[in-house]
Amino acid sequence: MAVITAPAPVKAEAGVSSKTNRKLRDNLTGHAFLIGAVVCFGVFMWFPMIRGIVMSFQRTRRGVTSWVGWDNYLRIVEDPSFWVAWKNTFYFTGLALVVGFAVPFFVAILLNEFRHAKGYLRVLVYLPVMLPPASALYLFKYYAYDPSEAGLFNAVLKFLHLPTSEWMQSPTMTMPAMVLASTWMNMGGAVLIYLAALQGIPGDLYEAAELDGAGLWKRIWHVTIPQTRLILALLAMMQIVATMQLFIEPLILANGAGTQDSATSVAYLIYQHGFFQNDLNGAAALGVIMLLVLAAFSAVYLRLSTRDDS
Amino acid sequence: MSVPQYRKVAALALVAGLGLSLTACSTKGDDDGGTDAAGKVTITVDCQPVAAQKELLQNWNADVTEFQKQNPDIVIKSISVGQQCNNPPDFTARLAGGTTTDVFYGYMTDLQQVLDSGQALDITPYVSKDTIATWDSVDPALKEVFTDGGKLYGVPVKNYSMGLVYNKVLFQKAGLDVNNPPKTWPEVREAAKKITAADSSVAGYAEYSAGNTGGWHFTSLLYSQGGRVLSEDGKKAAFNTPEGKQVLQNLKDMRYGDNSMGSRQLLQWGDLLTNAAAGKVGMFIGAPDTTQAIVSQFKGKFEDWAVAPLPGQTDLAKGTLGGGEGYFFKKDLTPEQVKAGLKWVAYQKLTPGKGQLDYVRAKPQNYPVGLPQPLLFANGTEAQKQEFDLRKANANVPVENFALFEAKQLPIVGEPRDAQAIYAVLDSAMSGVLTDPNANVDALLKTAEEKVNQLLAAGS
Repeated sequence: MAVITAPAPVKAEAGVSSKTNRKLRDNLTGHAFLIGAVVCFGVFMWFPMIRGIVMSFQRTRRGVTSWVGWDNYLRIVEDPSFWVAWKNTFYFTGLALVVGFAVPFFVAILLNEFRHAKGYLRVLVYLPVMLPPASALYLFKYYAYDPSEAGLFNAVLKFLHLPTSEWMQSPTMTMPAMVLASTWMNMGGAVLIYLAALQGIPGDLYEAAELDGAGLWKRIWHVTIPQTRLILALLAMMQIVATMQLFIEPLILANGAGTQDSATSVAYLIYQHGFFQNDLNGAAALGVIMLLVLAAFSAVYLRLSTRDDS
Repeated sequence: MSVPQYRKVAALALVAGLGLSLTACSTKGDDDGGTDAAGKVTITVDCQPVAAQKELLQNWNADVTEFQKQNPDIVIKSISVGQQCNNPPDFTARLAGGTTTDVFYGYMTDLQQVLDSGQALDITPYVSKDTIATWDSVDPALKEVFTDGGKLYGVPVKNYSMGLVYNKVLFQKAGLDVNNPPKTWPEVREAAKKITAADSSVAGYAEYSAGNTGGWHFTSLLYSQGGRVLSEDGKKAAFNTPEGKQVLQNLKDMRYGDNSMGSRQLLQWGDLLTNAAAGKVGMFIGAPDTTQAIVSQFKGKFEDWAVAPLPGQTDLAKGTLGGGEGYFFKKDLTPEQVKAGLKWVAYQKLTPGKGQLDYVRAKPQNYPVGLPQPLLFANGTEAQKQEFDLRKANANVPVENFALFEAKQLPIVGEPRDAQAIYAVLDSAMSGVLTDPNANVDALLKTAEEKVNQLLAAGS
């Protein structure tokens, strides 16, 4: 019995071992390919992130780095610009959500309705995305938002006999002006994604709605929005995360803080602390606070949207 | 080779490549202490002019060649870090990343930051007449700026103080006397009104209010009133005073009372000078070398511009802001490298007739000779006399345009501690009065005062 039964386990063992070896060989190749991505993420994302968190609990003076606990966080929260920056950032995010989110969606719906020159129109809408952001913003700064009557927007307003504006020099207009420029610059990408989603909606749903007597708004409300809900939700989250990191608009349009801090954003405040105030540790602390806020927002948002799906 | 083998080879190549590149990144290139087998000492130096500064770059390269010929044991490796040499964010990043050159350029206000970064080298033991022949002639006040706790950390190579820069063509157009520019702020206001009245597209007087330059100029305007930014011990803000209020009130009156400051505000360095070069600014405050920037960078004309002493509220200014630049030495340099660096700085920056003070060479170039600054050498010293004679003999700018400035030396006041951080706060007060007709001067100063006090408390 033993003679008969003995080879079986040996065979099985050999089988397992060759399978493991093969798996290992396959995995090794896989892991080797994976190393590239892991190293890139590690060196350029995870390491700086961890280093930033560590720095936020340290202070470097005279070349000597010491642990200071929560000092940097307390100091940053006490900065008189801290709450102003958060207020401005939330204001920009809110405005951008209303304008920057709705406008591309309706532009996509409009483009989807056109029967002719579709390609040209799409190129026109996407064109601003191809401009480097700095160039686009300088165009706005020197051409559109010039506070004199020579500025493009003011010339149009004057032509229409409407009151002109000082744009970036007016504390109340700073944010709307930044949202306008930012929306113009970035909406091309969102419009194309919406268009793709719109074209995935089966035509018979619209036909059925039309048969039921639905007008344009009812079709948008009852067919288009429900059918593109997932894309809308995803883009909303991406937009909020992106707009919370508002930086280049204040830097270029408002030369930094803008008039009386009206353009100071959290990301710009990080830059101020890190690169102008000789306070890299404070900048790191503010960066960590921002990371936590965005992470918390994303977690809540994902939880809500998952619950909604289920 | 089968397909899986290709994959394996590709994967191994990828790993090997990554490994090699990471090793390359982490290898320290200068572990030989900057000295090669032949005994040559190599140093890297920044602030080489950029390609757009054609003649300056040619001069620099010629200086390197000549210096290396005179010092065959020294090799200079030049690095360009942008036209301004010190764009504060880049400078901070280089300091924090430890990627400065061996001998690196910085502003006088950067000493604290350089010390904090741990990159500063105490060069006291190395600096003497042996390494810098003109060292004893260098103005002691400038040496003091680069000294902390009795130790010297940098060599001054340029200095400036501010005056009233004015456009003679616009003055004439407005019926103003170019030889009798305003001496007080009320006179500046009157002149600005006339200049704008003569041409409504011109700002009679222009001022900065963004990118930390607003705070920088607020400081100079405050000094002109006799005020100071910080208390004597440097621990409290000291600008929320009648002098500080007067500074903002003057600007508000010109901006909204007279409408003589143009409609475009939130200006920073390049913005104002671009407008000035285009003939759209009547007056602004600045150092004589701003005329050089107006001409070489922004295409204006030397003959259009003159500089007068800084005005004060009732007479000439009680003080004017002075600043400048120098070279620091990176820690961990060998004594040979430090000595080589000092020799180079001495040759290129502090020797009359050589490098930046080679006025014979600069005369035919589009580079001004005859400006009243820098004044690196103390009055009456041998080097000062040599430099002055050379400058006068080779002047290529109308020196009479700077005669008023040169004739009246106002007391120079240095920049405050944590200057850049304080300037960022004061930008807000400046932008407040220049963009809001209803700005409350008291409230703006109070807010700025609170912020600066908080900043100082945090830094202490």
